[in-house]
Amino acid sequence: MGIIEVKGLAKSYETRSRRKTTKVDAVAGVDLDVAEGEIFGFLGPNGAGKTTTLRMLATLIPPDAGEATIAGANLRSQQAGVRAAIGYIAQGGATTDDATAREELVLQARMHGIGKAEAQRRAIAALAAFELTEYADRACKTYSGGQRRRVDIAMGIIHRPKVVFLDEPTTGLDPQSRAHMWDEVRRLRSEGMTVFLTTHYLEEADVLCDRVAIIDGGVIVAEGTPDTLKREISGDIVTVGVGEEFAEKAGEVLTGQDYLTEVEVRDGGMLRLAVEDGGTAVPRVMRALDDAGIITSTVEVHRPTLDDVFLTKTGRSLRES
Amino acid sequence: MKVLHDTWLIFHRNVKLMLRSPLWVVLGVSQPVVFLLLFAPLLKPALATMGAHSQAQAYRIYVPGMLVALALAGGLYAGFDLLRELASGIVERARVTPVSRIALLLGRALRDVVVLVVQAAIIIVLSLLFGLTVSIPALLIGYGILALITLTSASFSYGVALKIKNPAVLGQLINNVAQPLMLLSGTLLPIALAPLWLRDTANGNPFNWAVTGMRALFTGHPGDPSIWKAFAMLGGLAVLTVVWSGRKFAKSVR
Ligand SMILES: Nc1ncnc2c1ncn2[C@@H]1O[C@H](COP(=O)(O)OP(=O)(O)OP(=O)(O)O)[C@@H](O)[C@H]1O
Ligand SMILES: [Mg+2]
Repeated sequence: MGIIEVKGLAKSYETRSRRKTTKVDAVAGVDLDVAEGEIFGFLGPNGAGKTTTLRMLATLIPPDAGEATIAGANLRSQQAGVRAAIGYIAQGGATTDDATAREELVLQARMHGIGKAEAQRRAIAALAAFELTEYADRACKTYSGGQRRRVDIAMGIIHRPKVVFLDEPTTGLDPQSRAHMWDEVRRLRSEGMTVFLTTHYLEEADVLCDRVAIIDGGVIVAEGTPDTLKREISGDIVTVGVGEEFAEKAGEVLTGQDYLTEVEVRDGGMLRLAVEDGGTAVPRVMRALDDAGIITSTVEVHRPTLDDVFLTKTGRSLRES
Repeated sequence: MKVLHDTWLIFHRNVKLMLRSPLWVVLGVSQPVVFLLLFAPLLKPALATMGAHSQAQAYRIYVPGMLVALALAGGLYAGFDLLRELASGIVERARVTPVSRIALLLGRALRDVVVLVVQAAIIIVLSLLFGLTVSIPALLIGYGILALITLTSASFSYGVALKIKNPAVLGQLINNVAQPLMLLSGTLLPIALAPLWLRDTANGNPFNWAVTGMRALFTGHPGDPSIWKAFAMLGGLAVLTVVWSGRKFAKSVR
């Protein structure tokens, strides 16, 4: 049984513009099952319904339909239980310009019912853990984007929740801060938390998340570990360069190999090979060519990305949308 | 207990943040102070019909009305501050915790009461220089009336802000409520000058009773029935508004 179980969650909005009312199905029936201790990624383009789903799971907006349990608490009938079990870090952050990080952390802990002395202790520990001690007593408005985001996350987990909802933790951060943030997220997991994050960065979903659900237009179009998702849609592509004079011969040699699903000779002495798994195919290709006295100059393995997955499922590229 | 604890938590934080930019407390009181200085020479002749025969008597009529107006307006505009907080995600952040929802409202509204207490003190001290006199007990009772008004007007404003969310629309709406309410309550212009039908509406208007009660206090009639009427009506209204607005905090959807 997963720590987050969601069935048929849905939410639509009515928007009025000039006499016309249009109904937007922000989330149109989402099923999820997140295991304890996972980093679960919710990948989708702008307006896919990521935030809406998260806000429903965080008890902030009532769903139109569907059921969910989080850490054993029913989303509809046991909201207090859900709130005690979760931390929610909003997409836009939630720090006050004029408050300091220390004040924000203490307040957050105390709003969770933690006593004053303990709240202060936890604030100190959190400031140290998120490398904020240096700025602890400066107003949040003086922080950099990355520092401010770390305060957000420190606040979200000050009560040591079982589940953390992180809405776009790294949007707007430079690559270095992003890598830093990934380490923070992994640390949360190593402390026993389940992390449910949203992102529209392919790399983030791929590298950071144990499992990914791809959402588009309010529905989940694919779900699984990044590797299985990529493997499902196609194998790897191996490109081998052997030089013009050997290309023909190399093509003949490789056509007989049963682990290659496709062999194509291209211009410029290049061969394009479709394979199940590039990692095991490359040595065998090399040996076969070597045995035939053909010298390979370049070898390149192209693995499908999550963007290829998105493209296959929706007909659009995530990068473009 | 939890409500009190959480209210204190929110109140304490909001007061602390307010003290960090105290300028707007002073700015909020600048308009009444200008009125006070500007209209001082005009007060006696203008309020003669209400029995003001000296400058001091004029102030006893004028200042209580102005304080009620300040409490009304100050509270009614508090919603703008909440809109800013809503946009920055602070309210939502609180709503994912088990913190008491009514405390989210009361903590803020009580901060507004504190602001009013400071602003009223500025006006009263200035007026003392112009010859206003008031006894300490009467002043404290008067503060009770003002506190209830601010609690009501601020809670109302927060509730409306949670519903409307658009600063431009909120501004219009608050204006449309504030202006007639002040006129009908006789805060600045004596309601006695108004046509009869308007005066009749004033009888059911808690804020008009507040003005009358405040004037009674400042003219040295602490036993006047208008005072307890003001307390009863404002108390009832405050409870209703706080409950209504507290519900909005509990399920604000944005
Ligand atoms: N309060 C609202 N009123 C009307 N429409 C809304 C509201 N909130 C969200 N929507 C619509 O619902 C859809 C999903 O929005 P949502 O914020 O969940 O997307 P998202 O996946 O988080 O996008 P992003 O990556 O841009 O944050 C969008 O089309 C959005 O316009
Ligand atoms: Mg979003």
